Amino acid sequence: MTDVVVEATRDAYGRALVDLGSRMPEIVVLDADLSGSTRTQKFAELYPERFFNAGIAEQNLMNMAAGLALAGKVPFASTFAVFATGRAWEQIRNTIAYPNLPVRIVATHAGLTVGEDGASHQALEDIALMRVVPNMTVLVPADGVEAEAAIGLAAKADGPVYVRLGRSKVPTITDGNLEIGRGSTLANGDDVAIIACGIMVSAALEASERLRERGVSCRVINMPSIKPLDEDLVIRAAEECGAVVTAEEHSVIGGLGGAVAETLSSSRPVPVVRIGVDDTFGQSGDPQGLLEYYGLMPSDLESACDRAMGMKG
Amino acid sequence: MSSAGSRPPGFRMRISPSLTPDRLLELKERALELRCDVIESLTLAGSGHPGGSLSSADIVSTLFFDVLKLDPEDPRMGDRDRFILAKGHAAPILYAALAGRGFFPREELASLRKLGSRLQGHPDMLKTPGVEASTGSLGQGLSIAVGMALAGKMDGAEWGVYALLGDGELQEGQVWEAAMAASHYGLDNLVAFVDNNGLQIDGRIVDVMSPEPLADKWRAFGWKVFEVDGHDIAEIHSTLIEAQESPSPAVIIARTIKGKGVCFMEGEASWHGNAPSEDQCRLALEELRGGGNRD
Repeated sequence: MTDVVVEATRDAYGRALVDLGSRMPEIVVLDADLSGSTRTQKFAELYPERFFNAGIAEQNLMNMAAGLALAGKVPFASTFAVFATGRAWEQIRNTIAYPNLPVRIVATHAGLTVGEDGASHQALEDIALMRVVPNMTVLVPADGVEAEAAIGLAAKADGPVYVRLGRSKVPTITDGNLEIGRGSTLANGDDVAIIACGIMVSAALEASERLRERGVSCRVINMPSIKPLDEDLVIRAAEECGAVVTAEEHSVIGGLGGAVAETLSSSRPVPVVRIGVDDTFGQSGDPQGLLEYYGLMPSDLESACDRAMGMKG
Repeated sequence: MSSAGSRPPGFRMRISPSLTPDRLLELKERALELRCDVIESLTLAGSGHPGGSLSSADIVSTLFFDVLKLDPEDPRMGDRDRFILAKGHAAPILYAALAGRGFFPREELASLRKLGSRLQGHPDMLKTPGVEASTGSLGQGLSIAVGMALAGKMDGAEWGVYALLGDGELQEGQVWEAAMAASHYGLDNLVAFVDNNGLQIDGRIVDVMSPEPLADKWRAFGWKVFEVDGHDIAEIHSTLIEAQESPSPAVIIARTIKGKGVCFMEGEASWHGNAPSEDQCRLALEELRGGGNRD
């Protein structure tokens, strides 16, 4: 590929907020002292009367957002994923999701590619934490254009939405036509299917190429809508390919892999190999080095596909 | 928004400047009815929280029957005042007040805590008409109120936000996050009550984990502080008038007696979360209706 466009999903968020903010005066943005990092700062500069810094107080951040939603505003609440979903989980459960309030929780710095800040700041559990909460929609965009679409959908949502964004630049590989509850097939194939989200979608495409060179026909599905999951697309992949690999920059417990395994075990049991971080914490390092260390490279997906195909009945 | 946010043009005192003797008597009668409803509904439910419901009855009576602008025919009316029951376990007193204001039939209080009921153990805004926010997990209500008050100020709204907190609830760190935010953003359209009955499930708040000195803490967080006898409706009322005039968020620390009005419940932490038996219910209602609590 030449002239690949690269953009961090958090940068797309900052861009989308400014754009939406000019058209939707009811949008308010809240942050917890990380507006430079989460990219809400530009909105804050342009619309200071609609930006509220909670300071380093994530619990209050989430429930102020709930109060603003109750009073008719369209709140976006941002901080790092580990604090948004961890520090304030119960605030999200009881005061946002239980009353089904349309609070848009847009969290950045998810996953290993936070990099050098290390394990304390690398959310590997956030998808699981948000997916288990009733009423919650969970979106994991693969690139900047999909992140922009996710923010646009979130602005119009009538219930709570969690959008998971990353720190590092990623190649733009989708057309940005995101729909809640829908995945998309980026490469056709019928020997094995990789279902991926976030930064792992481009790794899945690369793995698919490598497999194709070996004569293996590998389907690649981008699944930005973790909840609701595109169950039809997942089941069809299982029926037509007979083996599935999931790929996410998240724990192998409770995330996209968990969602796919739950769906297939009750609808169309086939071998499912989950690629992610194996029930452990991260550590400091450069993003690329971390992805290699924790086994999230295209080559890891390639061997996972071999394992999955080897388990076919 | 700067901390010196301008006072919304619309938010002003809407309560009567002084209580007539008749009005005061009516509010006392209402408080008595609320207490009876609490006892009856909790007895039928077989579980729930009488102590903190009874201690806040006079505050709730003053707010719901004199202060809050509400429309039972249009519970989501745009310019209504907002009341947040941060101490959500006192749901029975809120339900009694909402029924008293006509948001739903009073007979429905008998369904409290029953399967399929609109009256959940802790307030559920999706189920109960007139409930502004789902609460019950302590420490979160003031943050909700702060968010609402922020929105009110942005819009120059005429309505105000009132929150009722427990004193044990002040042990939750989030309350102080919200307190900090309220003064930072100059939320003069927000009034909080602390139902300072001094008891929590495990005993006296000063023994479990003291939040004292309460008034100094709120003052240090930038709030205008008032201290009242939480069972003196005339004092609650006149203090609310002052509180609404405060250019900063105001807190009214209401000294109360847990279980107020029922002698065997008064000052007993064990009545935090236990329902009366039918015999105890009868005794309590006799005492309340006998007028023992009217002055």
